[in-house]
Amino acid sequence: MPETGTRPTIGALEARASAGLNAPRISIRNLDFYYGANKALKAINLDLPDRQVTGMIGPSGCGKSTLLRCLNRMYDLYPGQRAVGEVLMDGENIIAPGVDLNNLRSRVGMVFQKPTPFPMTIHENITFGVKLHERPSKAEMEERVEWSLTRAALWDEVKDRLNTSATGLSGGQQQRLCIARTIAVRPEVILFDEPTSALDPISTLKIEELIDELKRDFTIAIVTHNMQQAARCADQVAFFYLGEMVEVGSATQMFTAPRERRTQEYITGRFG
Amino acid sequence: MAEHIVKSFEQELKRLQALITEMGGMVESQVALASRAVIDKDAAAASQAVDADPAVDALEREVEQYVIRLLALRQPLAQDLRHIVAALKITGALERIGDYATNVAKRSLVLDQFALPYTLTGLAHMSRLVQENLKTIIDAIGENDTDKALQVWRSDEVIDEIYNALFRELITYMMEDPRNITPCIHLLFIAKNLERIGDHATNIAELVYYAVRGEPLADIRPKGDSSAYAVVRPPRA
Amino acid sequence: MSTTLTGTAGNAHLFPSRDPRIAQRLSRRRKRINYISKGLCIVATLIGLAFLAAILITLLWLGLPGLHLSVFTETTRPPGSNGGLLNAIVGSLIQTAIGTAIGTPIGLLVGTYLAEYARGSALGNAVRFVSDVLLSAPSILIGLFIYQVLVNPFNGFSGIAGCAALAVIVIPIVVRTTEDMLRLIPVALREAAAALGAPKWKTTVFVCYRAAIDGIATGVLLAIARVAGETAPLLFTSLGNLNWSVSLTQPMSSLPVTIYQYAGSAFDDWVQLAWVGALLITFGVLALNILARLILRPRH
Repeated sequence: MPETGTRPTIGALEARASAGLNAPRISIRNLDFYYGANKALKAINLDLPDRQVTGMIGPSGCGKSTLLRCLNRMYDLYPGQRAVGEVLMDGENIIAPGVDLNNLRSRVGMVFQKPTPFPMTIHENITFGVKLHERPSKAEMEERVEWSLTRAALWDEVKDRLNTSATGLSGGQQQRLCIARTIAVRPEVILFDEPTSALDPISTLKIEELIDELKRDFTIAIVTHNMQQAARCADQVAFFYLGEMVEVGSATQMFTAPRERRTQEYITGRFG
Repeated sequence: MAEHIVKSFEQELKRLQALITEMGGMVESQVALASRAVIDKDAAAASQAVDADPAVDALEREVEQYVIRLLALRQPLAQDLRHIVAALKITGALERIGDYATNVAKRSLVLDQFALPYTLTGLAHMSRLVQENLKTIIDAIGENDTDKALQVWRSDEVIDEIYNALFRELITYMMEDPRNITPCIHLLFIAKNLERIGDHATNIAELVYYAVRGEPLADIRPKGDSSAYAVVRPPRA
Repeated sequence: MSTTLTGTAGNAHLFPSRDPRIAQRLSRRRKRINYISKGLCIVATLIGLAFLAAILITLLWLGLPGLHLSVFTETTRPPGSNGGLLNAIVGSLIQTAIGTAIGTPIGLLVGTYLAEYARGSALGNAVRFVSDVLLSAPSILIGLFIYQVLVNPFNGFSGIAGCAALAVIVIPIVVRTTEDMLRLIPVALREAAAALGAPKWKTTVFVCYRAAIDGIATGVLLAIARVAGETAPLLFTSLGNLNWSVSLTQPMSSLPVTIYQYAGSAFDDWVQLAWVGALLITFGVLALNILARLILRPRH
């Protein structure tokens, strides 16, 4: 709706007030994103509440993944992609030039659509990320490996084969390994880009349970095509369409009584 | 609102609405028959009203099953979810209305055995208003019409006021002559049942409003039934 | 309500029917074409295999009788004095080893540059084009080039010149396999490493190389197999040496060159030794190929 395009923060504030959302961990202000000359995000304003889950939904190509990739500046890997505006974290604009990307990515972790275990052992998969940012002693490292795998609900399944190749795990296990690898770096924010779209329903539920568990310590943003998943996981849900954020609100409000007609049509399957 | 992408779901939603309006129609005629049985002393109408009840109950069970199926298989969201849940509650309310109508019809048969020393004008007026509300709210269900729902919701107060008047009136008759007690008690229950039917109509109005608008009817409902506090003392001899 | 029911559901009954006879005829025709193309493929394969078998049989037939221990213990000698191929074998091993040792790191770095840093850049495309030209350039040209660069200015054929010529052949092969193998690694894996905060070089070295190591190793093995049998580039560079020499500054013997010299000679024992040399190279290369396959196998 044009209203959300011009004065969306008020809607966001209202939604937060009504849903008992925490103070924002990341604040996105007037964010535009370009693929070359193509504007993929238009004036996005959104707050990610601290230690809560923000779900991002919308049809393919609506910009939700693009927005996610702004939060850890993944787009910097590719020339021609640029973001304009502000993404504030601890008062710092993380999309400004001069920000240390490797440091930023240690604070904002990301889990991808397809499980991407590195071609190493399970143990090395965890230590790879940790060694990039810290120099823990051997004992500390072992502790970290166990901690992260436990938090990712994978420890019991792999503790006897930490030194075997990670590619030998099942898809669901691989994805949980990727989550373990991400939290081993101890980020503040974790971004999930359709983390279960390649998994079976039971593995999917395990990941969702994990997200629920992780939000005690991490601020989480999840992009998903599965509306039920957003409904199950998210505290706050934002609906994107054609590069705009149409509506944001508590999951309850968005899935029982969305305000905008386009949100309503998308959520109930009456879209275009 | 555009059509649902899955056409069979769209049809199922429409069938659910059709089931509810059908049930509403049955209950409406049941109430009409029961009223006629009381006001016109029509015993045939009374038995018709009583006989209609099992069909209403069966329809309620059908709607319940249908709603459970829709919830399980379609996992509806937003207004679909609201409509389906509202349908479940509306069917319950309609079933209760059917029960009240049946009860009114049964009491009318008892009432026939007494010669009443007074007219039933007040009761007739009340039953007309209740039937009007019922008809309006059932139309509102079929048309997703929140204006009609609001209209029903507001007009219940009048029914309550008539009920209060009847309450006092009937107590007075009973005090005048103990032989009036039996017919008057029955009339009191009949009036109470009609009043309850009106209440259920307003409940349905709230459900329709929420299903369509997505927000509850927030104001405090105008309530006119003060009979719970009514004290009527016999005149001092 | 009624519009949905009539709209598309009504058309569903107009499902296009099909004629089973036509389907049958088409199916028969497809089967016939299938048989013919299958037959042609088998014939072509058999022809190829027949040539290969003929080569191997000839090699074994003519080479095995001359295969004695002395082949490995004696150096080349004048005709009629029962020499071996020791200097040629050692010369080949040295030149192949040094050539590979020079060519592989260069090829690896160039391939990495092309795959990781120069995607779509003009310089990258130019380098790739030149490398591909080099890959298919006649090896005698490479020999001539090294002759001009390393033999002429220093007044003499030398082992090191042979090594250099072989290295030049190794480079484009390793470039191509390295680039291809690195390109096969999904973008998601690189992004995953970057998302953990890994700088690009760490991603390349610790993630990409590890994922591509089998393919790259296979490429190197194939490059070794290729240069082990090269004759032309060595003719102008290390020339060949009938005496024992492991000095890189002197002309150096090698199996292919020795075969070239012996096979055309008028002496029966030299011709016999040439066949033995051919047999050794062939089975050496075959062994390398099998090794490459063994490395690749666990992945598939």
